[in-house]
Amino acid sequence: MSDQPTPDLAPRVSDTIRKTTCYMCACRCGIDVHLRQGRPVLIEGNRDHPKNRGVLCAKGAAGLKQVTSPARLRAPLRRVGPRGSGQFREISWDEALDTALSWLKPLHDAAPEKLAFFTGRDQSQSLTGWWAEQFGTPNHAAHGGLCSVNMAAAGIYTLGGSFWEFGAPDWDHAKLLLLFGVAEDHDSNPIKMGLARLKARGARIVGVNPIRSGYSAIADAWVAITPGTDGLFILSLVHELLKAGRIDLDFLARFSNAPVLLDSDPASPTRGLFLRDDAGRPQVIDRRTGKLAPWDGQGVQPDLRGRLRRAGVTHVSVMHEMADRYLAPHWAPEAVAGRCGVTPAQIRRIAAELARAAFDDPVILHRPWTDFRGHRHDSMVGRAVAVHAMRGISAHSNGFQTARALHLLQTLLGAVETPGSFRFKPPYPKPADAHPRPHSRTTPGQPLPGPALGYPQGPEDLALRPDGTPARIDKAFSWENPLSVHGLLHMVIPNAAAGDPYRIDTLFLYMANMAWNSSMNTRGTIDMLTAQDGDGYVIPHIIVSDAYSSETVAYADLVLPDTTYLERHDCISLLDRPISEPDRAADAIRWPVVTPDRDVRPFQSVLLDLGARLGLPGMTRNGAPRYRDYADYITTHERRPGIGPLAGWRSGPAGIAHGRGDPNEAQLQSYIANGGVFQAEIPAEAQYFKPWNAAYQDWAVTFGLADAPQPYLIQLWCEPLRRFQLAAEGHGVIQPPDHLRGRIIATHDPLPGWHAPMSDGFEDPVEYPIHALSQRPMAMYHSWGSQNAWLRQIHGHNPLYLPTLWWDRLTLKEGDWVRVISSRGTLTVPAAHMAALNPHTVWTWNAIGKRKGAWGLDPAAPEATRGFLLNHIISELLPDRGDGRRWANSDPVTGQAAWFDLRVRLEKSAAPTESQPAFAPVSPPPGTGPSATEDAC
Amino acid sequence: MTALPPEPVRKLGLVIDLDTCVGCHACVIACKGWNDVAYGAPLGDADAYGADPSGAFLNRVHSYEVQPPDGPAQHVHFPRSCLHCDSAPCVPVCPTGASYKRAEDGIVLVNEDACIGCGLCAWACPYGAREMDPSAGVMKKCTLCVDRIYNDALPEQDREPACVRTCPSNARHFGDLADPESAASQLVEARGGFALMPETGAAPVNRYLPPREKDWDETGWGDETDVLAPWLAPVAEEPQGFLGWLDRTLGKV
Repeated sequence: MSDQPTPDLAPRVSDTIRKTTCYMCACRCGIDVHLRQGRPVLIEGNRDHPKNRGVLCAKGAAGLKQVTSPARLRAPLRRVGPRGSGQFREISWDEALDTALSWLKPLHDAAPEKLAFFTGRDQSQSLTGWWAEQFGTPNHAAHGGLCSVNMAAAGIYTLGGSFWEFGAPDWDHAKLLLLFGVAEDHDSNPIKMGLARLKARGARIVGVNPIRSGYSAIADAWVAITPGTDGLFILSLVHELLKAGRIDLDFLARFSNAPVLLDSDPASPTRGLFLRDDAGRPQVIDRRTGKLAPWDGQGVQPDLRGRLRRAGVTHVSVMHEMADRYLAPHWAPEAVAGRCGVTPAQIRRIAAELARAAFDDPVILHRPWTDFRGHRHDSMVGRAVAVHAMRGISAHSNGFQTARALHLLQTLLGAVETPGSFRFKPPYPKPADAHPRPHSRTTPGQPLPGPALGYPQGPEDLALRPDGTPARIDKAFSWENPLSVHGLLHMVIPNAAAGDPYRIDTLFLYMANMAWNSSMNTRGTIDMLTAQDGDGYVIPHIIVSDAYSSETVAYADLVLPDTTYLERHDCISLLDRPISEPDRAADAIRWPVVTPDRDVRPFQSVLLDLGARLGLPGMTRNGAPRYRDYADYITTHERRPGIGPLAGWRSGPAGIAHGRGDPNEAQLQSYIANGGVFQAEIPAEAQYFKPWNAAYQDWAVTFGLADAPQPYLIQLWCEPLRRFQLAAEGHGVIQPPDHLRGRIIATHDPLPGWHAPMSDGFEDPVEYPIHALSQRPMAMYHSWGSQNAWLRQIHGHNPLYLPTLWWDRLTLKEGDWVRVISSRGTLTVPAAHMAALNPHTVWTWNAIGKRKGAWGLDPAAPEATRGFLLNHIISELLPDRGDGRRWANSDPVTGQAAWFDLRVRLEKSAAPTESQPAFAPVSPPPGTGPSATEDAC
Repeated sequence: MTALPPEPVRKLGLVIDLDTCVGCHACVIACKGWNDVAYGAPLGDADAYGADPSGAFLNRVHSYEVQPPDGPAQHVHFPRSCLHCDSAPCVPVCPTGASYKRAEDGIVLVNEDACIGCGLCAWACPYGAREMDPSAGVMKKCTLCVDRIYNDALPEQDREPACVRTCPSNARHFGDLADPESAASQLVEARGGFALMPETGAAPVNRYLPPREKDWDETGWGDETDVLAPWLAPVAEEPQGFLGWLDRTLGKV
């Protein structure tokens, strides 16, 4: 056609491309930021980045809009109205830092624990944890306690690593993927890429999820499990596999503690502990000799059938205990299926599919390797069963044991670190006893003796004061939840307000939206933040750092405005939450690819500045600041000699060195020149069997991930749990309070078990027959997304999705509203029908609902008028038992917030003018709000 | 009024895999991002932070539920954009000639300089694939990233539509569907790709790949009883029997 128009087929959309790291969720992909005259105009995925290989999710591409968001804070703020009013005046950074110092310095000098420093979706925990340690307060953690600590802790105590950034399915070889309850994940893009790879090879995917959306929607089979019963379901699979002998005996004998001998004498004070030699090494029977041998002895062939009577005490292998436990008829499919909301046939079918995928056609890689006992293997033989799970099984008060059950299932199948199964990402594998223990002993003016967070091995590691009461404000590492390795962010404000175990002076929050979607019992939390006694506020000082006007900013006395992720340095460190892949260690940086147009500072640099002004030892040198800023810290800080935040391009004796090496002034330039990322490939013979593979262990030492080889066994029998049980039975000098003994004995089972969610004992399942869940949308990450002009057009409000059974029972039609009633309160919200649900489960999107006036949105925004949070009807405490005690709504082992234990009943409602409960608006801080930007055009 | 060209020799289009699409909306935002700075006027967003935000998107993802007669309900994610039809009904209805189909590759475009925003083309499109820009007042639609696929300012590997480049689950493929040897055509052939609503007569170029068959028989073994049941044949019913089996089995090793 002669008159066909000729569009410009080769526009240059940008003049510069800078490669940095995304921060739109915890996945942390590589991004290409296109700039036009210094302003970002387009974000694409970095093709050379190990995480995303060029692809990018909706959040990542929408990151542009974070820079122009009307919610962005403009300058430091000092509160001038009452807390919660949102009335602030803008102040200088000098005044802001002087104010912070005037609150923090007296605490540091006299009572460091009076500072509670907690962070939310922070990705600099290596720095923030170290800062708290230097300050001397044990009251520090990030948001893991309200996220997925059950999974993280169970993984590390059992396997020596967990899912997400710690491990991944072997996408190249798996033939069956069992996917538990993953809606959207830290490993956002890798999972999507991996699912596509599985499908391309014809591998099968089984989704175990009350809600069939997202990843479960493309699964080949769907198990519409009843929330909180995953552990029952898994242990029934275990029962079937054991009964059929479909277990990997060789794997169990070599690489798990199934052959380790236990004291099995019912009268013994060490019953359930390992038989150890004088050097403390757990003992097995060596099949070559029939005699005792240490688990890691050279050439030892552990005998799964081990049994020994010595000094009048009978010792049997863990395998004996497992047979006794899991062959019991109460784990049979017929016995559990009803409670799980599945049929016995479904359980058998999946058990058989697992057996077939694992044993019919093993994955064999022709890579000879040598294990830690010196045994040479001709090839790598693996089981093509991969498992992945996240918050779905984790956010229950039985989630720790459920995650342990899942790891038991993987181990029985030989499906850990073998080809086709689940693989660790460096710096994992790393067993629990290679991590630090928690430290909580405070000394005025001095650092803590070690990091506040760690992995307890027994009662002696708890964070208790001399009188036995909790040393931490969140009661982490107390008898209420001994293995709370990520702290309990959700209990900080309630405990501080109740003065239980004590009062604090300053609450310092970074990126934690505690006055809204990051707290249970939102209204109650707001009341706690504004509660007063005779001397003023019960929590006297609140400092908040955030880049945006979240609901929580309104409750701050002092606001330290952060930059966006495109405007600052960061390190995605192997010391922190790594971005490695199973075949390579990797770390990355962010760097200022955009210059801020306002008076904001990167929080990490501000923190180092504050530390120097406080005179904290790690942050000063000869009385002067030790670090110019965070970039200087990233480059020059050493955690151990030769080991710093970044592994790439360090300085070695003969030039550039990776892994170990001295600080290198030009390190960040090397990262920038290499797309912001560093990768070190693991040698082929070291890429599988990592916990037991001598080549991997040696590589990890050379690279600096460990200072000595640390092979270990999968801990099917978890001895630390048994130590807490023994204490609760009355053994030992460190004793729990009497009211917790029974609970500890019941829940700290050293073999994976299942108990009903704690709240089921206090809320009548007949009165509240429906489970209520939330899911994170793939196009939105927590509360951040709603200020994003593009993302909020995808998820601008959130109905409650009801299954057909309840939709019909309530005779609902499109446009109707329902009342959602829990023992804590009532919501009135828009309803929608969804057939692909467990018949007694309702759900909604997570963190879409907003408070009027927050996040730079118009007060009439649908997020505020039709959006809602389930948080309003979830309590941080279990229902009152009348015993005068505050029982946390948390897992009794780890303190994980039990969000998904929520039970409700439903009633049809007349349509209110807006979702209930409605909260009074907060005033937008100066410079924010829908009129603050020209971006809306 | 514009005439359609003779049937193009090349028919560039998308092949969208409904079996792997997880509904993540990555393609939606990648499309928005590119087209906000590339072809024609920026993509507008009215009331971006207000009560009723309304922006132009050239690609949207919908979710539908499917209820098989026997088996659990299924959930299908369905990305929707212009299908670059052979007999594009949106072209002849355009009163100004702004809407046109390219002779060389079949891509359907809007010449925004000539568009008066009357909306007739959107009415004519049976697939709802056109959106009026709320700011510029011109009709917007998928361009198949015509300014990427021929763009010599981009690295060669980036010369594909933004949605295809970004899709994390590999659900989007681009190619010449008139060439039976192209990778896109081969995929359609291998997977039983289909045209959306062929009854419209618009003859779409884009193809969708169907979700593969789902769900095992909920009540039993289905037709795999003989294959699967032996995998669960018991070696023991209780712990002592199991330990005996363990002895026998390990004794053989």
